[in-house]
Amino acid sequence: MASASSVAPATPRVGAGVHPWVRFGVRRLGRLLVSLWVLVTASFLMIHLIPGDPVRGALGPTAPASLVAAKREAMGLDDPILVQYWHYLQGLFTGDLGTSLISQLPVSQIVSQRLPATLQLALLAFLVAVAVAVPVGVSLGVLTRAGHGRRTELVFTTGSVVLGTVPDFLLGVGLVYVFGVQLDWLPVAGNDSASAYVLPVLALAIGPAAILARIVRVEMVAVLEADFVRTARAKRLPRRTIYLGHALPNALTASLTLGGLFLSSMVAGTVLVENVFAWPGLGSTIVSSILTKDYQVVQAVVLVYGVGVLLVNTLVDVALALLDPRSTIRED
Amino acid sequence: MTSLRFDDVTVRYGTTTAVDGVSLTVPSGQVVGLVGESGSGKSTLARAAVGLAPVHGGSILLGGEPVPTRGRHRPLQMVFQDPYSSLDPRMSIGESIAEAIPPGSSRAERRAEVERLLELVHLDPGRSAALPARLSGGQRQRVALARALAGRPEVVVADEITSALDVSIQGAVLNLVRELQAELGLSMLFISHNLAVVRYVASHVAVMHQGRIVEQGPTDRVLAQPDHDYTRALLAAVPGRRSTS
Amino acid sequence: MQRWKSVLRTPLGLTATILTLAVLVLAVVAPMLWTGDADAVDTDNILSGPSAEHWAGTDNLGRDIFFRTLVATRLSVELALAATAIAVAVGLVLGTASFLLGRRSGRLVTAGINIAVAFPGILLALFFAVVFGVGATGAVLAIGIAGAPMFGRLTQTLVAGVEARDYVAAARVAGVGRVRILLRHVLPNIAEPLVINATIGAGGALLSFAGLSFLGLGVQQPSYDWGRLLFDGITSIYVNPAAALAPGAAVLLAGLALNLLGESAAKALGVGVVGGIPALPAVARVAPAEPVAEGAGHEGSDLVLDVRDLEVTFPGPTGPIRPVRGVTFAVRRGEAVGIVGESGSGKSLTALAVSRLVAETGRVDAERLELLGHDLRGPDTRAQRRLLGTSLAMVFQDPMTSFNPTRRIGGQLAEVSRHHHGLDRRAALGRAVDRLRAVRISDPERRARQYPHEFSGGMRQRAMIGMGLMGSPALVVADEPTTALDVTVQQQVLDLLAAIREQDDVALVLISHDVAVVAQVCDRVLVMYAGRIVEDLPAADLHTAARHPYTRALAAAVPDMETDLDQPLAVIPGRPVDPADVPVGCAYAARCPLATARCREQDPPLEIDAAGRRVACWHPGESPESGIDELGSLAEVEAS
Repeated sequence: MASASSVAPATPRVGAGVHPWVRFGVRRLGRLLVSLWVLVTASFLMIHLIPGDPVRGALGPTAPASLVAAKREAMGLDDPILVQYWHYLQGLFTGDLGTSLISQLPVSQIVSQRLPATLQLALLAFLVAVAVAVPVGVSLGVLTRAGHGRRTELVFTTGSVVLGTVPDFLLGVGLVYVFGVQLDWLPVAGNDSASAYVLPVLALAIGPAAILARIVRVEMVAVLEADFVRTARAKRLPRRTIYLGHALPNALTASLTLGGLFLSSMVAGTVLVENVFAWPGLGSTIVSSILTKDYQVVQAVVLVYGVGVLLVNTLVDVALALLDPRSTIRED
Repeated sequence: MTSLRFDDVTVRYGTTTAVDGVSLTVPSGQVVGLVGESGSGKSTLARAAVGLAPVHGGSILLGGEPVPTRGRHRPLQMVFQDPYSSLDPRMSIGESIAEAIPPGSSRAERRAEVERLLELVHLDPGRSAALPARLSGGQRQRVALARALAGRPEVVVADEITSALDVSIQGAVLNLVRELQAELGLSMLFISHNLAVVRYVASHVAVMHQGRIVEQGPTDRVLAQPDHDYTRALLAAVPGRRSTS
Repeated sequence: MQRWKSVLRTPLGLTATILTLAVLVLAVVAPMLWTGDADAVDTDNILSGPSAEHWAGTDNLGRDIFFRTLVATRLSVELALAATAIAVAVGLVLGTASFLLGRRSGRLVTAGINIAVAFPGILLALFFAVVFGVGATGAVLAIGIAGAPMFGRLTQTLVAGVEARDYVAAARVAGVGRVRILLRHVLPNIAEPLVINATIGAGGALLSFAGLSFLGLGVQQPSYDWGRLLFDGITSIYVNPAAALAPGAAVLLAGLALNLLGESAAKALGVGVVGGIPALPAVARVAPAEPVAEGAGHEGSDLVLDVRDLEVTFPGPTGPIRPVRGVTFAVRRGEAVGIVGESGSGKSLTALAVSRLVAETGRVDAERLELLGHDLRGPDTRAQRRLLGTSLAMVFQDPMTSFNPTRRIGGQLAEVSRHHHGLDRRAALGRAVDRLRAVRISDPERRARQYPHEFSGGMRQRAMIGMGLMGSPALVVADEPTTALDVTVQQQVLDLLAAIREQDDVALVLISHDVAVVAQVCDRVLVMYAGRIVEDLPAADLHTAARHPYTRALAAAVPDMETDLDQPLAVIPGRPVDPADVPVGCAYAARCPLATARCREQDPPLEIDAAGRRVACWHPGESPESGIDELGSLAEVEAS
C-alpha cells in the first residue's frame, strides 16, 4: 500500500477542479442528511418495536376497548406501516409531531415549551467546560512536557480520571447535599433565579471539563515533541510564540477530534441532570413520558435530542476544518 | 522453477492509476530488479502479484497459469520492506515460518523443515522458539526470507527488503539473496529504489516511472547505455556518480 | 502476565485492584450474609437518620439502608457485567465484520457504526429502554446495545491497525484463511487493549445502570440495586441524606475502582516510560533586551564552528547515559564537513548539541563551543538567540513534519525576520517570497500562501532551506536532509546546498548515514561510532585511504555503481553499541576483525597526523590476516 498512498496526494482526484471547501461542504451535508434519515426512521420505528399495543399500554388495562380503538384510529396506527411512515415524515416537515396520549396537548407545543430550558443548560455547561478545560489543559501540558513535572502529571491525571468518571447525576446529588442541604447556599430545584443555574451547570460541566482538559494536556505534550516545534526552536522564537502560535492550534485540532464526542454527550447529559434538579426541560419530560408510556412525546424528544447531537457533531467538524487546513482533504 | 509474467497489468485505487499497463517477465532462475522512485507503482505491482492489490486489467501468469490467490498452495511468495512489521510480535519465529509451510506434513516434518530453513538463512535453528523482539533487524529480515521459502515458492517477490536496515546489515542480506539465487536457482522479482543494490543482485532490470515501465533489459546494458531519459536521470542522480567538485 | 503484574506496582493500580476485588467479594458474600438484615422491617425507626443501630439510617419501611446497600452489590455488579458482556460481544462482531466480510460489506458496517457512535450512550440507552420496556432486563439490553457501537469502533480501529501490519499480509500471501488470521494474528494482538477497555466499560456500565435505575427506568421494586436505592433515597434527602449518599458512594467507589484499574493497566502496559531521547523544547527564557554584539570576536579567524570535547548526557533508568562522549572538531568558513555513522552513533545529537537544540533533560558540556567566536555555552540570552536565529540554519530529516501543518509556508518563513530583524508583516512576507525564489521554488508568491501539505517533499525541503536563508547564515547544519526524499529529488537538494555554499561562502555540516552522499558533497568526513569520532579524513580518501577498520567496513558494506560483482559485500557483524552500555576499551572491538587484547582494554585516543587527518585505532591501516568469513561467522556473533 505504501506506493499507493504516496501517489495519492500528488495526483488529482475526483472533483479536483471544485474548491475543497465546496467538496467538504457537500460531503459533510450528505453525511448529516444520512444520519438525520437514520435518526428519523429509528424514532418512527421505536413505537412499532415496542412489544404489544402502545395505546393499550398507555391507557392501561382498564380503558374501554372502544377508546383504545378510537385512539389507534386517530394516530393512524391501523394504516399500513409505509403509509404511517409517510405521514410521519409529512408531519415532521409541517411541524406536526402528533398529540400527547396523556395530556392531549400537541407534542410540538410541549417540546417548544421545554426546549429553551434544556438549551440554556447545555449551552452554559458547554461554555464553562471549554473555558475551563482549554487553559487548564494547555498550561498543564506546558508544565508536564517530557521530563517535567512527573508529580504534577500524576496528580492531575488521577484527579481528572476521578472527576471524569463521576457521572453527572451523582455529582448532582453530591452538590445538592453539600450546597443545598448542608450549607443551604444555592437553590437545588427549578430555574427561577440565576443562582439556580449554578449547580446544574456545574454538575453537567465538571466531568466533560475534566476529560477534555486531560485530552488537551496529552495533545499539548505530544505536539511539543513534534518536529515542527523543534523547527520553531531552531528559529529561536520566544517561548510564548512557540506555545501559543505553533503548538496550541495543533493541540486544539487533535483535542477536538477526540473530544468532540464528549461535547455532544453533554447534550444528552441534560437528561439525568434535569431529573436531579427538577429542571423544567426536555430531560425531565422524556423520563416522565417514558414512565407514563406517553410514546408520542418520547418519540419527539428523542428526535430533538438526536438532532441536537448531530448539529454539535457537525459544528465540531466545521471547527476542525477551519482550524486544520488539511482536514478538508483528509475527509475520506 | 517457472517464470512469472505480467501481461498489460493495470491497478487502480479509486481514480488513481498506480500501475498502468505493465508487461514484465521474471525468467526462471533469474533475479529481475525493478527500480523506481516512491509512488512509481513498483510496490503496488508486487502486491498485485500476490493478491494484495486488486488487478483491474491484464493478467499475471505463473508458468502460463494465473497465480493462485486462494487456497493454501501459494507458489508466489513475498518478503516485505519492514522486518519490524512483517513478523507477528506474539509468535515465535519458528511458528511464523511453520505457518507458511503448506499443510499435509506431520508435526515432526514441520519442525525439521523449520530447522532446515533457519540454517539456510544462517540463523541458529535452536532459536526457533525466540520471539521477534529478541532479534536484530537483519536477523528478522532473514526470518522473513525463510518464511517466504517455507511456502515452496516458484518465484519470490522482494519489496525493498534492505531499505529499512542499518547500512552494516544490508550487505549481509544482499549476500544471502545472491547465495540463495546461486544455490537454489531461485527466481526473484527484486524491488528497490537503489540502482546500486539492484546492479549487485539482478541480472535484468526494469525501470518504472509513473505506473509504467519505461525501460527494461540486461542490467549491464541498461546501466551502461540507457535508452530512456528517465533512466538517464536516475543514473545521474546516484550520489558519487558525478565528478566531485 | 509479567507485564500485568507491573500494574500492581503503582499505588493507584494497587488501590484500584484491591477495591475491585473487594467489590467482587462483596457481590458474592453480601446477599448470603445480610439479606435478612436488609429486609428486616423496623417500624419504630421509619426514615430515621444514621444511628448506632442503623449506620446509614432507614427507609420509609424502616429497613436498614447500610445493609441494603451491601446486599445490592450483587445485583448491581451482575447487571453491569451482563450489559458489558453484551456490549463486548456485539461490538466484537461489528468490529471484526469488515475484516471478515471484505471491503464492500465492511464499508456498510463501518458507516452504520459511525452513525450509531455519534449518538451518546445515554440517548441510545433511553431509546432501547423504551423499546425493551422499563425494568432490569430491558435496562441490561439497553445499556449493552448502547455500548456496542463504541466497542465496535474500538475493535475496528484496533483490527485495522493490526491489519495494516505486514505480518497479516504475509499470512495472507502464505494462504492462511481470514478466520484463521483473525484468531491467530489479529485477536491475540488486540486482546490487551480490548480487556482494558472492557474493564473501563464495565465501570461505565455500572454507572449507567445506576443512572437508569435512578431515573426509575431500571430495576423495579421489590428488587433493588444501587441506582434504585439512590432513586428512593433522593426523595428523602432532607430527612435522611445518608439514604442517598450511601448507595451513591457505593456506586461511585465501584465504578471508579473498575475505571482506575483499566486506566492504570493501560498506562502500565502501553507506555514504556524511559528510553529513547525525547525531543522537547528548550526553555527560551525571555531576557531583557541587550545590545546585540554582532560579529564581535571572530575577526582574524576563519573558524565558523569550534567544538572541543563535547559531551551530551541524559538521565537514564540506571544512571546517566552519554550518547556523545567527547567530540572535538572545527568547521572553517565555506567548508563542508560530513558526519557519518550508524543509527545510535551520536551523529544527530552532536548536530543538535552544537545548535543548542538538545532536549531540556539532556546536559551539554564542552570545553569549547563557539559559533563565529561567540561562546554558546552561556545562558540563553536574546543576543544569543538572535545570533543563532540568523547565523545558523537548520535543515531536518523529514520536511513533512518539520513544518507546522496549520500555518502557511510564507508565514512560517516570515516569522524569522519579524522576530529577529523587526520587519513588519508585509516586509517580512516579501523577504520570504524572495527567499523561496532563491531556493528555486517557482511562482513563489502563490506558494507562500500555501500550506505545507500542498508542497511536494523536495519542495518542502527547499523551503526549509529557504527558511534558514531568512537570516544570513554562516553555517548550515543539515541532519539527514535527503533521507526521506527520492534519488532525483535528493540530487536537487544537494545541488541547492552546494550552490548556497558557493555563493556566500557558507559552511555546511551534513549528517548522513549514506557514505556516498557525504563523499559527493563534503570536503572532509567525520566518522562517528558509539558517541565518538573514530576517524577524520578527506572525503576523497573514504574509499581508498581510510585507516579505521570501521570506516573501511562502512564504505564497503553498501554497494555502489563500481562494486565488484564477483565478491560478496563486506559485512559488519554484531550490533551497534547501546549508549547505555558502552564497553571498556575500543567500543568497536567486539565487531572488529583486527581487535586484540589491548583494544578490549584501552580506548584508543584520536591521534592527529601531519596531514591533519585523525584516527582513533590501535591498528590503523592494518588489514585483517584472513578475509572476513562473510556469513559463516555472522550467525554466531549476531546471535549473542
